[in-house]
Amino acid sequence: MNLFLDGIAWIFDPAHLNGPGGIWVRIGEQLSYTFGAVALAAIIAIPLGLWIGHTGRGRDVAVLTSGGLRALPSLGLLIIFALAIGIGFKAPLLAFVILAIPSLLSGAYAGVEAVDRRTVDAARAQGMTEWQVLTKVELPLGLPLLIGGIRSGVLQVVATATLAYFASGGALGVFINDGLKTRDYAELIGASIIVTVLALLLEGIFALLQRLFVPRGVTAGRISDVRSRPLRPRAVVGSPIQEGK
Amino acid sequence: MIEFRTVTKQFPDGTVAVDALDLVIPARQTTVLVGSSGSGKTTILRMINRMVDKTSGDIEIDGEDIYSLNPVKLRRSIGYVMQNSGLLPHRKVVDNVATVPMLNGVKKADAREAALTLLDTVGLDRQLAERYPSQLSGGQQQRVGVARGLAADPNILLMDEPFGAVDPIVRAELQQELVRIQRELGKTIVFVTHDIDEAFLLGDQVVLLEKGGRIAQAGTPADILSKPASDFVATFIGADRGRRALRVEVVNGRSVVVDEDGRPTGVLQS
Repeated sequence: MNLFLDGIAWIFDPAHLNGPGGIWVRIGEQLSYTFGAVALAAIIAIPLGLWIGHTGRGRDVAVLTSGGLRALPSLGLLIIFALAIGIGFKAPLLAFVILAIPSLLSGAYAGVEAVDRRTVDAARAQGMTEWQVLTKVELPLGLPLLIGGIRSGVLQVVATATLAYFASGGALGVFINDGLKTRDYAELIGASIIVTVLALLLEGIFALLQRLFVPRGVTAGRISDVRSRPLRPRAVVGSPIQEGK
Repeated sequence: MIEFRTVTKQFPDGTVAVDALDLVIPARQTTVLVGSSGSGKTTILRMINRMVDKTSGDIEIDGEDIYSLNPVKLRRSIGYVMQNSGLLPHRKVVDNVATVPMLNGVKKADAREAALTLLDTVGLDRQLAERYPSQLSGGQQQRVGVARGLAADPNILLMDEPFGAVDPIVRAELQQELVRIQRELGKTIVFVTHDIDEAFLLGDQVVLLEKGGRIAQAGTPADILSKPASDFVATFIGADRGRRALRVEVVNGRSVVVDEDGRPTGVLQS
C-alpha cells in the first residue's frame, strides 16, 4: 500500500473535492487567511517599515520587536486569541497577522536601507521633498526586498493557516486533524500535499514577482556586470599556481 | 553672488568643520574651493543648498538670506553635481536629466526634449538617452550628472569633486568640456576639489582651505602662484618643486623654460 498514492486518490475523489466543507472550500479558506492576514499586516507593517527605513528612526525597536514577534508560538497565540474573542475566523486571522508582521516590516525597512545613500543624497540635493525621495527613489529601488518580505510572510501564513481549525476556523487543517483522529492517513496525507503544493505555488509566483519588480536600470547593470567577467576560468598553459606553496 | 558671513558649522559630534568663515563667491565666475580632506570644503559647498545646515552666521545669495527660503525650492534653483554622479539607477539617462524640471512642473515631453538638447551641451550622443546609468562609462555618467545639474537652468552650479572618480584622461577631457560650457553659459560655479592643478585650471578664483574651513589664501591662480600667503600655501601648491618651479635657460639663442630637473617644458614666445 502506498500512502502517498492514497493521499492523491483522496484529493481527486469528487466526494471530497466539492460541496460545503470540501477541499475547494478549505483551499479557499486557507488562501483567504493567507492573503487576508498578509494584507492586514501590510497595512500596518509596510508604512511603518518605510518610515523606519527612510528616517533611520526606531530601527533598534523594530529589530527587537520583530525578533520578539517571530519568537511567539503561533499556536499559543491563536489559542489565547480564541479564548479572548471566541472561536471562528477572527482569532486565527489575528494570530496570522502577527505572524506576518515581522517579515513585512523587515522587508520594508531593509529595502529602503539597502538603497545607496549617495543616490538618496543626490535626489534630495536635486530638490526632491522627503515624500518624493521615498516614493520616487527609495520605494522603487527597495521594492525587490519589500516583495521578498511579503513573500516570506505569505509562505509562513499559508503553512501555518492549517492551525486555524484549533479555533474552529476551518481551512485545510480540518482534514489533517480529522485524518489524525480517525486514522484516515489518506486524508491526512492528501491535505498535507495540498498545503505543500499551495506553498510551492505561492513561492513560485512571488519569486517571479520579485524578479519582475527589480527596476530595469538595476538589472541592466547586473547583466553587463556578468558579461564583463569571464564565465569560467580560462585554460592556461603550464602548471597551475598554488597559493601557499 | 554668494556671501558667507562668519559662518560656523559644528557637527553633532563636536567637530567644527567650518569656523567663522567669511567668503564672497562672485557671480558668473568659477570659484574653486580646494583643500585636503577635513578642510571643510564640501561642508561649505553643501551649506549653499542647505544640504548641511549652518550652526551660526549668515549665508546670502544675491542679498537674500537662504534661510528665508524653502530648502526644497532653494535646491531646485541650484544645480548640484556630485562625485559618483548620483544618478537614479532606475531611470533612463534622459529622465535623470529631466528630473528637476519635472519636479518644477514642466511637462514630461518638454522636459525630455530639453534634456536631449542638454546632452548635446555636455557632449553626449543622443543615442545614450534611452540607456540606464549603469550602462554608461564613469565619464559618461559624470557628463549626465553635469547635464542634470544644468537642466533647470540654474544661476548657480555646485560641483562636489565631480571628476574625482574618473581616470586621468577622461578627467582632462571633462575639465576642458567644463571650461567650454562655462564660457558659453557663464554660471556661478562653486567647485570643490583636492587637486590643485584642477583648481588652477578651472578657477577664476581659487580659495585654499586649511583645517576647519579657514581660508589660507583666496585669489586668482596667478596671485596664489606668484605670492603664496604662507608656507602652507606654498607647500600645498608645490610652488618650490616640479613643474611649478620653472626657470629659463637660453638654448640656441632662444629662451627655453625648464622645470626643477632641467627638463624642457616649452619655449618662451617673444
